[in-house]
Amino acid sequence: MTARKLAAASALGVLVIIFAGCGDTPMVYKQGQYQGKPDSKPWDNAEFKGNQVEWEKAVKTRTQGQDEYTRAVASAK
Amino acid sequence: MARMKFLCDAERCIECNGCVTACKSEHDIPWGVNRRRVVTLNDGVPGEKSISVACMHCSDAPCMAVCPVDCFYKTSEGVVLHDKDLCIGCGYCFYACPFGAPQFPQDGAFGLRGKMDKCTFCAGGPEADNSAAEYKKYGRNRLAEGKLPACAEMCSTKALLGGDADVISDIYRNRVLKRGKGSEIWGWGTAYGKPDAKPVTPPGAKS
Repeated sequence: MTARKLAAASALGVLVIIFAGCGDTPMVYKQGQYQGKPDSKPWDNAEFKGNQVEWEKAVKTRTQGQDEYTRAVASAK
Repeated sequence: MARMKFLCDAERCIECNGCVTACKSEHDIPWGVNRRRVVTLNDGVPGEKSISVACMHCSDAPCMAVCPVDCFYKTSEGVVLHDKDLCIGCGYCFYACPFGAPQFPQDGAFGLRGKMDKCTFCAGGPEADNSAAEYKKYGRNRLAEGKLPACAEMCSTKALLGGDADVISDIYRNRVLKRGKGSEIWGWGTAYGKPDAKPVTPPGAKS
């Protein structure tokens, strides 16, 4: 009886070992493709709340601020 | 939104290193790592030219091509970033980069090469925007705040422009057309007047 229990436990153990690999998610390296964590968009945050138009407007205003020719005209008005 | 780029006007750069300091300060960059540098050609010779250099966020970035663990990615705004959790610090990107942008902090007591660090266009990395983890690994994420890189915004002479490639190209083009060439750029004409009339030399005066 003990021998049968031992054999059954051993068989169960072997089965567990054999099927342990089935739970693994496939990890295939894709050549030339980014392997790291995904990044969020710069407007997907608390400040812009996903509003891409608002973000682009803010960045464009900042970019134009680097042009002193237009800045000087705007300040003279 | 087109691609984010840097453009440095060599006629305006005065080698003040304000951009380098702004970058170091903004991101708490460790000693020995320079995400941005100012390079001067013909240093000390009249007419020397300086240019501020960092990662140029190449459209076809060689660092991305050579990375053995593919830790680089390009955002929809054209900014080349990388995941430091994947980087193995092999240095291939440093050899591939024509601008010497990838930097390697000294890690450990025996001078081991740490994970690569480079200019992020102040766009952080693949961590939650403006989180402590992002700041520690990649520095501040100004782009997520609707701001441009600190180096460009801090530039006193506006030699270094950063932002949408189309917009900064227009700014530069307009500037070049308006400022003229030769002594007009140097400001001698503004400072001493233009030599419209021939200077009158009194008779007998020494030249």
